[in-house]
Amino acid sequence: MDKMMVKNLDLYYGDFQALDDVNLAIPENQITAFIGPSGCGKSTMIKTLNRMNDLIEGCKIEGEVLLDGKSIQELDVNTLRKRVGMVFQKPNPFPMSVYDNIAYGPRTHGVRSKAKLDDIVEKSLMDAAIWDELKDRLKKSALGLSGGQQQRICIARALAIQPEVLLMDEPTSALDPISTAKIEELVSTLKKEYTIVIVTHNMQQAVRISDQTAFFLHGQIVEHGTTAQFFSIPQDKRTEDYITGRFG
Amino acid sequence: MGARLKFSIETARRYPLSFVLKVLVVGSALLTLGALFFLLAYIIVNGVPHLKPSLFAWKYNTKNVSLVPALLNTLIIVGIPLIVTVPLGVFSAIYLCEYAKKGSKVVEVVRITAETLSGIPSIVYGLFGLLFFVIYLRWGYSILAGSMTLSIMILPLIMRTAEEALLSIPTSLREASFALGAGKLRTVFRIVLPAAIPGILSGVILGIGRIVGETAALIYTAGTVPRIPGSVFSSGRTLAIHLYTLSSEGFHTNEAFATAVVLLIIVLLINALSAGLARRLGGGN
Repeated sequence: MDKMMVKNLDLYYGDFQALDDVNLAIPENQITAFIGPSGCGKSTMIKTLNRMNDLIEGCKIEGEVLLDGKSIQELDVNTLRKRVGMVFQKPNPFPMSVYDNIAYGPRTHGVRSKAKLDDIVEKSLMDAAIWDELKDRLKKSALGLSGGQQQRICIARALAIQPEVLLMDEPTSALDPISTAKIEELVSTLKKEYTIVIVTHNMQQAVRISDQTAFFLHGQIVEHGTTAQFFSIPQDKRTEDYITGRFG
Repeated sequence: MGARLKFSIETARRYPLSFVLKVLVVGSALLTLGALFFLLAYIIVNGVPHLKPSLFAWKYNTKNVSLVPALLNTLIIVGIPLIVTVPLGVFSAIYLCEYAKKGSKVVEVVRITAETLSGIPSIVYGLFGLLFFVIYLRWGYSILAGSMTLSIMILPLIMRTAEEALLSIPTSLREASFALGAGKLRTVFRIVLPAAIPGILSGVILGIGRIVGETAALIYTAGTVPRIPGSVFSSGRTLAIHLYTLSSEGFHTNEAFATAVVLLIIVLLINALSAGLARRLGGGN
């Protein structure tokens, strides 16, 4: 079952074409990894899925992205972003307490009751595997935490609005190996409930956690398929060159 | 101590240039601090002995030269411009940073205007206030005319510092908010503005400083009457003008110094208060 579909997508920043005729299916409750060298369009692609590119002036999009068979252009953008959550490359917690960070999303979508917010905060922090570390520090500023903890706060914050799809744009690239391992483990458990799309620079990471892999080069998808097949029997010469480290 | 001194003489011999630089840097710091402390000490030494209860009498007369009316006027003339300019300046800044198109002509024009306005000598504002508020609007020499003149004077300052404060908030915070499905309004008022408050407050402190120290723009607009004001249409002198008149009349130089001590204390109090406020609002917890 495909949660999201990308059909004949072209994307331009001014005159520069950043994505060229991308076609892609993102299956439900699986982890889809986007890999490729810097500037290949993988981050641009993931930002298209929740329309974050709308914020960039001079960005023009042709083609279609479907969520449960409906075009995301027809959805209200805030509703879309509630259903398709996002975690960014650098941890970006708000300069407020841990509790308020997590509660910001639900409050945005109209949850007012204190008891309900308490429940959501607890459940989100548990899902992000950070409840035990932080349950006594909920009122402390999120900025005082380590990078790895901040990133898990950001994951918890994204989970707090109960999205259907979770987009992760290189979520571990700013973190140390131990924090990275924790987040990878967490992502693997999250796929039971969520459909996950992850951009990564790190091919080993894609091998370790993803079910599907798509390889981007110069704005095009060179190859995509199940991760096992992708890395063991690549179909395209360029894929083989990339995954064996000949370029990139 | 002896060992350290020997060591630094040795290093000085080996790296003469860095020794010279160090002397220059430390010397400049001492000179700057020295000038400040000399000024403070001079005012305190000359002023404190003349701080008499009669200076704080409720009513001013030429004998007691009470500073209480001037003190009250100062507080009012600080208050009104802040009430006028802080919302106006902050909202303009929000428009310029968050809503106006990047690189649009309007933003450029507003920015250049604000910068030009902050470079104009205050006496020019005074003259404008005299012609417009005092004469054309027939407000007369009044606290209101003075306050409005000062409002125009500090508006660019408040706006520019608020704009800088908003610009310094990383885009990643805005993105995080949008990605959670929050709209523009909520993002600006719940995330960006609270994070920018310490920066905005530092602009407010600068504004207060300019008002408290202002004389030229007020002589022509608020006048120099040393009475407790009956309404905003009464004329009234601020502490700075009070100081100016006392010392220029030449009969009450000692009292002028005592008044200066009071003004100093008020400025220090305002700064401490604002710094404390900035720490509380900007701490994030």
